[in-house]
Amino acid sequence: MEKYLILFLNLTMMDGSILQYDFIIKGLFGAVFASITAGLAGTYIVSKRMVFLSGGITHASFGGIGIGYYFGFNPVMGAAVFGILSALGVEYLSVRQKIREDSAIGILWAFGMAIGIIFIFLTPGYSPNLMSYLFGSILTVTYADIFALGIMSVVLISYFGIFYRTILYISFDESFARTYSSYVDIFKYVTTALVALTIVLNIRMAGVVLVLSLFTIPPNIAMIFTRVYSRIILWSIISGFTGTAAGYVISYFAGIPVGATIIFTLVIIWVLVKMGYQLTRYMRKDKR
Amino acid sequence: MRSLTAAYDTSIVLEDIDLTVDEKDFVGVIGPNGGGKTTLLKVILGLIKPVKGKIEFNSSLINGNSIGYLPQISTGDVNYPVTVTDVILSGMMIRKKIISGMSPADKKKAREIIEELGLSGMEHSSLSELSGGQIQRVFLGRAIIGDPRLLLLDEPGNFVDSSFEKDFYEKLKDLNSRMAILMVSHDIGMISSHIKSYACVNRKLHYRPSSEISNEQLLAYGCPIQLITHGEVPHTVLKSHNDGR
Repeated sequence: MEKYLILFLNLTMMDGSILQYDFIIKGLFGAVFASITAGLAGTYIVSKRMVFLSGGITHASFGGIGIGYYFGFNPVMGAAVFGILSALGVEYLSVRQKIREDSAIGILWAFGMAIGIIFIFLTPGYSPNLMSYLFGSILTVTYADIFALGIMSVVLISYFGIFYRTILYISFDESFARTYSSYVDIFKYVTTALVALTIVLNIRMAGVVLVLSLFTIPPNIAMIFTRVYSRIILWSIISGFTGTAAGYVISYFAGIPVGATIIFTLVIIWVLVKMGYQLTRYMRKDKR
Repeated sequence: MRSLTAAYDTSIVLEDIDLTVDEKDFVGVIGPNGGGKTTLLKVILGLIKPVKGKIEFNSSLINGNSIGYLPQISTGDVNYPVTVTDVILSGMMIRKKIISGMSPADKKKAREIIEELGLSGMEHSSLSELSGGQIQRVFLGRAIIGDPRLLLLDEPGNFVDSSFEKDFYEKLKDLNSRMAILMVSHDIGMISSHIKSYACVNRKLHYRPSSEISNEQLLAYGCPIQLITHGEVPHTVLKSHNDGR
């Protein structure tokens, strides 16, 4: 491992200093874990048309980041609590209080952002990390963040591995599943909570504003050529990793923000795959 | 079902209903819109708890988990990335509350159902690639894979394309040799040829163990209705009654 890394460093003409070694390790493992977690959770989000809900969760969690800053604990912890609470809050407001779901999402979305801004404003001194939470920055990612993403990958792989069919059947037709299974609500809440947590952990990679595209673009790349759930997951992870890794390298050499570069790269991949697919279909038709 | 009453909050939808479905019976449930037909099915499925009365299953073979159900408007998103095989296998939830894996026997069963319903070659297609009639067959497959003793169908005619309509009812006749069927429809003409008995629901329930529809049942409709009789030559008869409509 070490040997190959040094070789890689030489090839890329880096000087192999601790800083760059650190940068590459974080980038590599970050890309692997981010694409695994985002591929699994993203396939669920996109299939179930929960993209807007996920956007709400993401932005509401900014409230937790602000509170974390103000009280001096890890902002990611605050974001996790806010993320899960807002996911359950949307469910509560829309089902129990009969508020339309999209309105409930819109309210919590802005409310979380407002709390975050207020608390960060109240925190004495300038917060240099604020931008990294909004737009992501690999420089501020800690090994603890990477480790947390790694654990999340294991949790999600096990959860989807064991309950793949139950999750698929419930999310495909909830009311049919409800007719026969009394575990529908438990699965729904657990999956939603895991999705919220996954999004929050990925905020460090791409930031509050951009993180959702890590979850939505890869499944949409996969869905261009497959409609089988398990294959969408697999190809989401592969395309997500390709986009993340490529974006990371490009951002390093071009000296531009990494989150934005990853998203840009993913969209380019999406366009290329779409065009390639259309072209092969067109050529096949031509042959007939 | 004994003198059963069901209600949503405070509005009573079904009142004092008595209905017995025998083994291998084929009951057609008719009645006006809003008369409580779908509610009746939901009560049988246990989705709505009756306010009064109860549902009895007279043998150990039948319980709430041996009822196959084909919903009126399929609630599943047809654009959802799920294959035909997976939708049909999801009917195994009748037997298993949580599914972690599928046995080879389950998969074999799914293949048989796919073949039986004429869906061969579409095993790995997603629903969005199928026609309305094919999707309906997939959902029928989901309803019967668990070998239910009682099959509930809610307005199957709404979904079926006309080329498949005849096949669909022939298929139901086949299935009827293995299971009792209770079918809700406002379109009596469509269903009458295989029906063994009728129940008419409009808050109250009128039951008739014959394949003819009685005048009493027609009264429950409260409006002129069109029905097809099936003598030697099927023909349409308009019956009306005088309650001012």
